[in-house]
Amino acid sequence: MAIVTGWVAFVVTVATIACIYGLLTIGLNLQFGFTGLLNFGHVAFFAAGAYTAAIVSMPPPGTVPGARYMIGLAVPMPAGLLLTLAAATLMGGVLAALIGVSAIRLESHYLAIATFALAGIFYDVLVNERWLTNGTFGMTQVPKPLRATLGADAWALAYLLFAAATLAVVYLLVGRLLEAPFGRVLRGVRESTAAAEMLGKDTDRIKLVAFSLGGAIAGLAGGVYAHYIGSVVTGQFVAGVTFTVWAALLLGGVASHRGAVVGAFILVAFQQSTRFITTAYDAAVAAFPDTLGVVLTALAAPLPGHPAFLPSVRFMIIGLLFILVIRFRPAGVLGDPQEVTVMGSEE
Amino acid sequence: MARTILTVDGLTKRFGGLTAVDAAHLTVPEGQITGVIGPNGAGKSTLFDCITGITAPDAGSVRLGETELVGRAPHAIAHAGVGRTFQTPRIFEGMTVRENMAFAAVAQTGESVVGALARPGAVAAEEAETDARVDELLAFLTLDPLATAYAGELSGGQRKLLELGRVLMLDPTVLLLDEPLAGVNPTLGATIVDRLEALRTDGRTIVLIEHDLELVMRLCDTVVVLHHGATLAAGPPSVIRADPQVIDAYLGRMET
Repeated sequence: MAIVTGWVAFVVTVATIACIYGLLTIGLNLQFGFTGLLNFGHVAFFAAGAYTAAIVSMPPPGTVPGARYMIGLAVPMPAGLLLTLAAATLMGGVLAALIGVSAIRLESHYLAIATFALAGIFYDVLVNERWLTNGTFGMTQVPKPLRATLGADAWALAYLLFAAATLAVVYLLVGRLLEAPFGRVLRGVRESTAAAEMLGKDTDRIKLVAFSLGGAIAGLAGGVYAHYIGSVVTGQFVAGVTFTVWAALLLGGVASHRGAVVGAFILVAFQQSTRFITTAYDAAVAAFPDTLGVVLTALAAPLPGHPAFLPSVRFMIIGLLFILVIRFRPAGVLGDPQEVTVMGSEE
Repeated sequence: MARTILTVDGLTKRFGGLTAVDAAHLTVPEGQITGVIGPNGAGKSTLFDCITGITAPDAGSVRLGETELVGRAPHAIAHAGVGRTFQTPRIFEGMTVRENMAFAAVAQTGESVVGALARPGAVAAEEAETDARVDELLAFLTLDPLATAYAGELSGGQRKLLELGRVLMLDPTVLLLDEPLAGVNPTLGATIVDRLEALRTDGRTIVLIEHDLELVMRLCDTVVVLHHGATLAAGPPSVIRADPQVIDAYLGRMET
């Protein structure tokens, strides 16, 4: 029984994280997939949302031992959750707008470098402005709404439902935007800024709106994440997060709204489930010591650094997944090749 | 004498040591086709870039009616009434012909986030209007059988037609066409010429850059000759054809 509970708990955890990454990927897809904006600083908006949710919901300063921060509005839960998430969304959007105002006119890779650098600066601010964020120690008492009432297992399930509902609402709203003339304008701007300008579209403004909207969705993801984990620490918001989201987007299919979510789920599922390679290996060897165990041991023995090497096979498997996708579905699992091949072919 | 709708006065654009457009003058009569000719590098496309705001001129003015255009953003100039096509059509290859056309529809509620989410009724009504206008223009340009094709699948001439149709969605006061016939097969070329004449009959004002001199002389009401960025001559085709300066700088060289 315990094993079943363990597996269910694992699936619930993976699904919740996948929902959060689904939000992040929808945001990035809006920016890059549909508008052509190379954003290599997506994690900054995620962090902005997470820290905002923490600051709005944490107990007042001085009540958490050893933590230094100044605001802590202690918005009451669970009703306050909507407020903290609204604040997180807003902050993600505002940060994106601020970065966008200065950088959005940069073309393709210049924008990528600028966003990467600005996200780095934002990370440094989170680390160094201890009065606001408690620095590298982070803010560790972010409320998990209804956690005490429901108990650990029921809460995990309830929070998964909440995260899934949030993802569904955002998915539907963004889908509606993309089907409206708004989406058509984004795709036109993506293909040729010059042509869009000539046709009377204020491309700087359009790019800024798409960029801010993507940032706002990432901010929302940050809020959902903060209340799920119950703490925000700078180490959670490193550049690797940005590239995980990129990987999910490319995997699912750039400029495919469904693909963004599917990509996030596939990637998170792979990332998390491959953690158990060592466990699976040990179990297999133990269960069939004379047959499979002999084969596996023989295969693994010549690997450099064996047995510490084994957990790294995880990254090889993820790499293999990418090679297979690029070989057989270069536009991503659900991407439209016609739409993807024209990306970046102009100007 | 037709009223002047577009006036370019003393327009100058320098790129480092090169003066691409040198105090050029141009007056475009309303409801006519004006041809801009000149050797390669004469500054024709740069002139269009300056008029449409893609390139900021160093000096001079561009007036549409009484409205000064210099200093405005390209999209604002498009809104003011100047539509433009490119030498190499910049169509949206990943979108269908219909979507390309609909893109250019002006003042759409559904282009704003709030409009798209909160006013589905208004969006649907406007989209129906846009669809009707797209149908009408696609039929006019003989592109209707290709409405649902991806623009990336079109031939060179079809791309030119699509770009023309797209800019017509703006209902522009003046149409600037950069080599509308370059690289187009003769059959489609004839269609394009026929459509340009139909647009003139409708009262549209067109300025076009073209290298096919015989066509320019036949189609245009006024011809402007650019040479080293400056206006060398301007007038009806018959006058331009006989202008010794033009023959020396451009036409003569073509015939040898």
